[in-house]
Amino acid sequence: MLRPILIAALLALAAPHLAHAQDAASPSDTPAASEEILDDAGPAQATAPAPAGPLQAILQAHKDKVAKASRRTVDEVITAVREAGLPQGLTFLERWGDRELWQREEDGLFFFTRKADGQNLTLIDIDTGEEVGTISKGEMNQLKPNSGVRTVIASSLVASQLEDADPARRRQALNALERNADESHLEPLRASIAKEDDPALKARKERLLRVITISFGQTTEDRVEAIRSFSQDLSIDARAALNPLVVTRIGYSEGNPEGVNVARLLTPGKTIAREDAYRLLVDDGKAVAARTRGERKAALEANIEDGTVGGVPVAELSSQEARDRAYSNLVADGKAPAFVTDETMDAELAKYTFYEAYADSNTDVTTAAAETLDSIDQYVGLNRFFSLVLDGISLASIYFLAAIGLAITFGVMGVINMAHGEFIMIGAYTGYVVQQIIPNYTVSIIVALPLAFIIAAAAGIALERLVIRHLASRPLETLLATFGVSIALQQIAKNVFGTQARPLTSPSWLDGAWVINDVVAVSYIRIAIFVLAILFFALLLFVLNRTRLGLEVRAVTQNPRMASSMGINPDRINMLTFALGSGIAGIAGVAIGLFAKVTSELGQAYIVQSFMTVVVGGVGNIWGTLAGATMIGFLQKVIEFFNPSNTLAAQTYMIIFIIIFIQFRPKGIIALKGRAAGD
Amino acid sequence: MKNTFLARQPSVIVFILVLAVITLLATVFSEAYGSGLLPTNYVKILGKTLCLCLIAIAMDLVWGYCGILSLGHFAFFGLGGYMIGMWLMYARTEDIVIASMSKAALPPTPGEVRDAIGTQIFGVVGGSDVPVIWSFAHSLPIQLALVVIVPGLLALVFGWLAFRSRVTGVYLSILTQAMTLALSLYLFQNDSGLRGNNGLSGLQNIPGLTDIPQSVISIWFMWGSALALGIGYVFAGWIVSGKFGNVVKAIRDDEARIRFLGYSVEAYKLFIFTITAVIAAIAGAIYYPQAGIVNPAEIAPIASIYLAVWVAIGGRGRLYGAVIGAALVSLLSSWFTGGQAPDLPLGFYTIKWVDWWQVLLGLSFVLVTLFAPRGIAGMFDRLVRKDAA
Repeated sequence: MLRPILIAALLALAAPHLAHAQDAASPSDTPAASEEILDDAGPAQATAPAPAGPLQAILQAHKDKVAKASRRTVDEVITAVREAGLPQGLTFLERWGDRELWQREEDGLFFFTRKADGQNLTLIDIDTGEEVGTISKGEMNQLKPNSGVRTVIASSLVASQLEDADPARRRQALNALERNADESHLEPLRASIAKEDDPALKARKERLLRVITISFGQTTEDRVEAIRSFSQDLSIDARAALNPLVVTRIGYSEGNPEGVNVARLLTPGKTIAREDAYRLLVDDGKAVAARTRGERKAALEANIEDGTVGGVPVAELSSQEARDRAYSNLVADGKAPAFVTDETMDAELAKYTFYEAYADSNTDVTTAAAETLDSIDQYVGLNRFFSLVLDGISLASIYFLAAIGLAITFGVMGVINMAHGEFIMIGAYTGYVVQQIIPNYTVSIIVALPLAFIIAAAAGIALERLVIRHLASRPLETLLATFGVSIALQQIAKNVFGTQARPLTSPSWLDGAWVINDVVAVSYIRIAIFVLAILFFALLLFVLNRTRLGLEVRAVTQNPRMASSMGINPDRINMLTFALGSGIAGIAGVAIGLFAKVTSELGQAYIVQSFMTVVVGGVGNIWGTLAGATMIGFLQKVIEFFNPSNTLAAQTYMIIFIIIFIQFRPKGIIALKGRAAGD
Repeated sequence: MKNTFLARQPSVIVFILVLAVITLLATVFSEAYGSGLLPTNYVKILGKTLCLCLIAIAMDLVWGYCGILSLGHFAFFGLGGYMIGMWLMYARTEDIVIASMSKAALPPTPGEVRDAIGTQIFGVVGGSDVPVIWSFAHSLPIQLALVVIVPGLLALVFGWLAFRSRVTGVYLSILTQAMTLALSLYLFQNDSGLRGNNGLSGLQNIPGLTDIPQSVISIWFMWGSALALGIGYVFAGWIVSGKFGNVVKAIRDDEARIRFLGYSVEAYKLFIFTITAVIAAIAGAIYYPQAGIVNPAEIAPIASIYLAVWVAIGGRGRLYGAVIGAALVSLLSSWFTGGQAPDLPLGFYTIKWVDWWQVLLGLSFVLVTLFAPRGIAGMFDRLVRKDAA
C-alpha cells in the first residue's frame, strides 16, 4: 500500500508536470494550455472556486494548528496527513516547511501560490497542483512556521526521503542528515537500511547510523558499541561526533570529587598552573584575590608620601624584596588589599582537590570515547607515518633528479660543477619559454623536456670545452671557475627574465592529488616526478652497465690513463658525460619548475642539497646517489615531522647530521673500493 | 729571528708603510680631524674594506698556504660580528631603558630592567625574555672574549671532525659550505635567540660614546681596523715564514708525503683552520660596528665564496695578493652595484653596470682562474722578479 503512494509522491516531487498529467481531475493536458484557460478567464479579481480535495479537507479539520503551528501541536497535523496516505501529502509537507503555503483570509482555505503580475498571486490547489485562479496578495496570509516546527516537519520527511525510490534523492537526504542529525532520525534511518538496495548508500547509511548512535543511542551499550566501532576511522565526522564526549571542564572540591565524571585529578603547579587554580577559588569567592606584581607596584606608587612608601624610602625600592616589605607595611596600615604570599596561596590550594571532569556523566561512554579517540590518534599517527614515507620518497626523487647529473660528472671527472644549479635553472626557464610559445600545457611539457635536455647539455658541453678541460688537474680551481660561471649565468637570467618568479603551469591532468584517505594524499605532480626519477635511474643504469658508452665511462671513472691506453678517448668521454649530466639537470629543472616558482635563484636552492646527496651517497655510482638522495630526502622529512613548525631548523639539523655522518663514511654510503678508489 | 723573518717577508715593511700612509691620508682629509674632503661615509667604507682585507689574509693563510679551500670563513666573520653586536645592542638598550625608567615613580628593580630590555630587543621576533645565550651580553670583556672563543671553538670542533676523518679537497669545501649554510639557516630562525632575519642592528651606536659624532668614531674604527690588519699581516707573515710555514706549504703541495715524513698533518691543518677562523672573527667584530647591522644573510654561503674569489683574483699564496684582491674587488663591487658607475652604451643595448657587474665579475673570475692562476699578485711578481716561483 505504502510503496505505490511513495512512488506517486516521488513523481509529484520530481516532475510536477508528469503528476499533473496523471491526475484524473486535470481538465487540460499541458500547463501552457491551463494558462491559456486562465487568460481567457480574464482579470484576476474573480473569486476562485473553492476546491475540496481530500488533503484540503484534512487541513481544514486542523485549520488552526496549521495556521498557527507550534512545535507541540504540529505532530498532530503531520500524523493526520501521513495517515491519510495521500500522494500529495509529502509535497505539502515539504512546501509547508519551505514557507510556501498560503491561507486565504476569506475562507481559511490553503493554497500554494506562484507570483503573478503585479501584486497578484496565482493560486495552486494543494491537492491537484492545478492553478485555480489569481488573487491579490493582500487577501492571502503566508504561513511562516517557526524553526522548531520546520525541524519537526523536516524530520518527518526524512523517513520517506530515505526510502525514496530515486537514489539521488536518498543521497540528498543522507547529505542533509550528515550535516545535521538528531535523535529523531535514528529510527527512520535504522528502518531504511533494511530496504536499501544500493550497496554504497547502504554503507553510508549504516555508518551514519553509528555516528548518530554515538550521541543519541538509547542505551549505554548501544552508544559504547557505536563508539568503539570507530576505532580505525580516520574521517573528520567520526572525530567530530566523538570529541564533544570527551570535552572536560576544570573543577575542584573539598575532599574527593563526587557526582562528577572525573577524567583526571590535577596537581596545582604541575598539571595546572597555580595561578589558574587559585583564580578558580577567587572567582567563586573562596579565596582572596592575589595582587599581581604590577598591581602591587601601582599600589606602592599611589601611596608615596614624602618620599617614602609604608615607611620605606622610595630610593630603596629598587629590589623586589624591599617592595614586598613596603607593601606589607601598607597592608598593615590598611592602605592596600591583603598581600597573598606564595605560602598562603599554597595553603589555600591544598584545601581542595582539583580535577578535570567530563561534561557527559556516563562513565562508560566517556571511557569508550576517550579510548576510541586514542586508538584513532594512533591510527592517524600510523597513516601520518605512511604519508611521511610518501613525502620522503617524493623529496628523494627530486634530490635524485637534481643530483644525479652532478654525481656522474663528479664521478667521472672528479670535478664539482658549481654551475650545476644554473643548469637546473636553464631547464626551468626553457620550460617557461616553451609555454609562452605553445599554449597547450600538455604539448608544451612534452616539448620542453627534451628541449631542456638539449639546451642544458649544450651549455654543459660549452662549459666543459671552454673551462673545465683546461683545469683538468686542478679540482679546486674548477670548483671556483664553475662558480664564476654560476654567478654570471644567474645574473644573466635575472637580466633577461627579471627578478620576479615566472610560473611554469602544469597540465590539468597533473593537477590535484591522489587521495588515499583523510590523512594520506599525494599530488600527481609528485607522482610524476617520482616516475621521472625512476625512469632516469633505469635509463642511466642501462646506459652505464649495458652500452659501450657506459663501459668507457666506467673505465675513465676508474682510471683515465689506463682507459686511454686501451683506446678510449677520455676527452670525448668527459664531454659526453658532462653533456649527459647537464642534460639531466635541465630535465630536473622542468620537473622542479612545475611545483616551485622559476626564478634565477632556483638552482641555488637545490645546489647544496645536491652536493650533500653526492657526498653522502658516494661518487661514481648511481646506486650511491639513489641512496644519498633517499637518505637526505627521508631525513629532512623526518626532522620536519618532529618539528613541523620550523623547516629552517630541520635543514640545520640535517646538515649537522650529514657532517657527522661524513665522519663515519668519509667516502659516502657506497664508496668505490680497491684501485677504483683512486687515492 | 726578527731580521730573518723580515728578510723572508720583505712585503711586510712595504705593506705597513702603505697602510700607515693610507690611514694617515684618510685622517688628514676626514671631516673630524682634517680638511673634510673625505665624507664620513667614505671613511667607513675604507674601515670596512680594511677589515675585509684582514679576513682575506685569513683566507689566504688557510687556502693559499695550507691548501684548504674553506667556504666557511665568512661564517666565523659573521659570528664575531654577532658576538660584539650582542654587547653593543644589549648595553645600548640597557642605557635607553634605564634612562626611560628613571622618570617612573619607583626606581626599577633589576628584574624590571631585564624584562624591559627583553621586550625592547626581542619584541620584533615576538619574544620578551632575554635568551640564555645573552647571559653575558651586559659585559664587554666577556663578549670580547667570546668573539674569539665561540668561532674558535666552532672551527676547532668542526676542523677536528673533518680533518680527523681525512676529508680533503672538494669534499672539505662542500662540507664547510654545508656548515655555513646550517649556521645561517639556524640564525634565520626567530627562536635562535639572535632576532632571526632581523639580525642585530644599531651597532654603529657605541654605548657610552653616544655623544661623540659618527665622523669621529669612524676615524677611530678605521684606525682600529688598520691596526688589526697590520698586526694580522705581520702575524700571518711570521707564520708562513720559518719552519712552521714551510710545513704548512708542504701540506698544500703534497699532503701524503708530509704525513709520511712524520708530521702530524691534521694538527697543522687544525691549527691553521682555527687560527684563521679567529682572525676572521676579529675582523668581523671590527667590521660590523662600522656596518651597523649584522644579519644571517651576511653568513650565507655565497659570502664565503666571494671571499675565495677575492683571494683568487688577488693572488693566492701571497699575503699582499689577498689584500689587493679583497680591496679591489670589494671596492669595485660597491662602486658598480652602487649605481655610481657610468652606463656603457653599445648602440643597440646599454649595459647597466648594476645589472651586468655580476656577469663581468663571474666571467673575469673564470678568466683569472684559467689564465692567471696566481692572480694579480702573480702578474705583479712576474714584472718585479723574473725568477718568480
